[in-house]
Amino acid sequence: MQGFLDNLIRGWGHDPATWPWTQFVYLFFMGLFSFLVINFAAISGGIFSWAERRVAARMQSRVGPNRVGPAGFLQWIADAVKLLFKEDLIPDEADKVLFRAAPYFMMVGFACVFVALPFSHRLIIADMNVGIFYILAVTALIVVGIIMSGWSSNSKWSLFGAIRSAAQIVSYEIPAGMALMIPVLLAGTMSTQGIIRAQGAWPWQWFVFDNPAATAAFFIFFTSALAEGNRTPFDLPEAESELVSGYNTEYSGMRFSYFFLVEWGNLWVMSALAVTMFMGGWQVPFLPAARLDALAGWPAFFAEVASLAVFALKTLFFVFVVMWLRWTLPRIRVDQMMNMCWKYLVPASFVAVLFVAGWMLVVRAAPLLATAMHLVLAGAAGAAVVLFVLRVARNLRDTGDKFDFTSNW
Amino acid sequence: MKPLELPTMDMENKEVLRRIEITGDMLLNMGPQHPSTHGVINFLVQTDGEVMKRAIPEVGYLHRSLEKIGERCTYNGFMPYTDRVDYIAAMFANQGWAMAVERLLGLQVPKRAEYCRVIACELNRISSHLVSVGTMAMDIGAVTPFPYALREREFINDLLEELCGARLTYNYLRIGGVAFDLPSGYEEKVSSFLDHFEKILDEFNRLITYNEIFIKRLAHLAPIPGPMAIEYCLAGPNLRASGVGFDVRKDLPYSVYPDFQFDVPVGKGEVGTVGDSWDRFWCRVEEMRQSCRILRQALAQIPRDAQIMGKVPRKIKLPEGAEAYSRIESARGDMQYYVVAGPGENAHRVKIRTGSFTAMGIIDALSRGLMIADLVALIASLDVVAPEIDR
Repeated sequence: MQGFLDNLIRGWGHDPATWPWTQFVYLFFMGLFSFLVINFAAISGGIFSWAERRVAARMQSRVGPNRVGPAGFLQWIADAVKLLFKEDLIPDEADKVLFRAAPYFMMVGFACVFVALPFSHRLIIADMNVGIFYILAVTALIVVGIIMSGWSSNSKWSLFGAIRSAAQIVSYEIPAGMALMIPVLLAGTMSTQGIIRAQGAWPWQWFVFDNPAATAAFFIFFTSALAEGNRTPFDLPEAESELVSGYNTEYSGMRFSYFFLVEWGNLWVMSALAVTMFMGGWQVPFLPAARLDALAGWPAFFAEVASLAVFALKTLFFVFVVMWLRWTLPRIRVDQMMNMCWKYLVPASFVAVLFVAGWMLVVRAAPLLATAMHLVLAGAAGAAVVLFVLRVARNLRDTGDKFDFTSNW
Repeated sequence: MKPLELPTMDMENKEVLRRIEITGDMLLNMGPQHPSTHGVINFLVQTDGEVMKRAIPEVGYLHRSLEKIGERCTYNGFMPYTDRVDYIAAMFANQGWAMAVERLLGLQVPKRAEYCRVIACELNRISSHLVSVGTMAMDIGAVTPFPYALREREFINDLLEELCGARLTYNYLRIGGVAFDLPSGYEEKVSSFLDHFEKILDEFNRLITYNEIFIKRLAHLAPIPGPMAIEYCLAGPNLRASGVGFDVRKDLPYSVYPDFQFDVPVGKGEVGTVGDSWDRFWCRVEEMRQSCRILRQALAQIPRDAQIMGKVPRKIKLPEGAEAYSRIESARGDMQYYVVAGPGENAHRVKIRTGSFTAMGIIDALSRGLMIADLVALIASLDVVAPEIDR
């Protein structure tokens, strides 16, 4: 973004290095961009809350919210307004300072991630050279917020939720971090844009199909991201049937809505991260990154929109997958959750990193092997998709069920 | 002289609380308004973190003195109240009461009425088990099976509404028969529902029963060996899941159940130990299948004559002190009514024995060493319904 601003200032006929107002321009645009990003985060979180309810309703042969606006789309605004107007209740026995502060920690930890998340070829707030490190670091603030809320609520259920959450998020950061190291190894950079540039637009050019360990790493990362985002099957910190509502039991009104905003907004974060690291990011077919760089004027604008659309579509697909998992799977138990992390995911992620390091040495000697492996893995994934579709068709036939996407909007 | 202080449930809890305080463990009140206690039940959970040391069920939050009401009402007048004994499966409570009074009267119920009763009861058994397996899946965290189960239950509710005008508290049975005959075309409606439902059961199994996480959560969880189940007087699917194939419909036949061919599903420990929570879940799913079989036979064999009420005196007066006892296989197991006739038009004593109450008794013994999430699964797998515990 700094390069963009410098170009802008040069466009006005000043030299950004010597012009006295440069810092003020920076400051103004910092404010503007953070406003835009927080709004993007909040609004996408709100829209996902509507989408999730519609998706869940479709899966459960229900209708879901369809009253407010077309297809109930404005439901999230109605809910937000309702939550804003509700009394901000603070329990008598609560630690009032921590209780008030906890939602902000969540919100800050969540909003900061968007700084380093790419949206399209040029659209990124800050393309840091330690982008992945930065993302992993600021997401840790969320767990601070959860623990604060659980502890300060002075409720046993909240405490259970908070302690579960602390154990879960801290544990799953290790496999998630190790799995993210694999794209970093393959791309040779920690910058999110750099990692996308190292991939291609077509599935066989993505890092997920680079080698078997990278495929495994993708699943490890996705599982860990589900756990870090408190999504089913890892929604133990807020398991309704066990812990009433978990760490946010005592919250109401706007503070409560912060927790849920973060939860739904995290859908975008975890999906965008998966797309960036493993699924080719914004790479547009037939338009390699180098050609995108060279474009100017209106073609550049349309190419930018195309790359934005590609990224958004991939991300929204993963958002849907996360919702799909949530409304399909039961919840696992605390001990099973810890077992899975420490006994399977952590060792597997370490092995995967070592494997990829070795694989890169092998590929340097035989580059053809890399292409062959890409194609084989992408083909296997395609075959898996075909098998899945056939299986679904068979199940539908057995039950005598039928698709219905048109009614009850 | 001071009246003797009887030991009550309350006192025991106070003692428990005192002891928990001494040990320094945490006391967790799970209930009475907890989302997964299936009604208003309280569990005093002595815990040291996630692993429980003990969970003591505290019942009585939903006590409505139904047995006492039964002693104040006339025999016919108590029938609507019996619906409230177990509102998930109200038909069975109807039938237990009707059978007990019919035994007192020495009454013969017309064959068609008996078939109507069986059809209504088996439909109700399916709907009750649907609630049970659906809420169990929800307690494990899978929300989707629950609306699936409730969707099918709605069809049954529609059928029962057509039969008796009510969707929850049916008040369908009468002493000596049933209130209404089957409406015209009812047999076809029920059998087309069954055709649809048997496919849905397979879908349900694909969706949740054989789900890997579901099995991981429930297999080997709180297994009840057969002898222990008998010791704790467990009844119904809870008992049968432990490998004890006792079903009142088979072993102490009543009504027209001897006319039907059906199996009694018994827990086999397919994925874990015999009598674990998964077996209890599986037993209910299989029982729905068997109920479908019974329903198909009942629809085929139902006599065509229109007689649905036996000869019942307008005022039921019985010799004082006459006793009767009825046992039926309710959705929650062996439901028993004990009636002692009083001097007037009402009973001197009514006692109802229900499956949920005995199921509560075993929770304390099973809870040691379980985790809190397991307690939720255990309660759900025992299929306790709060009104049936407290009556």
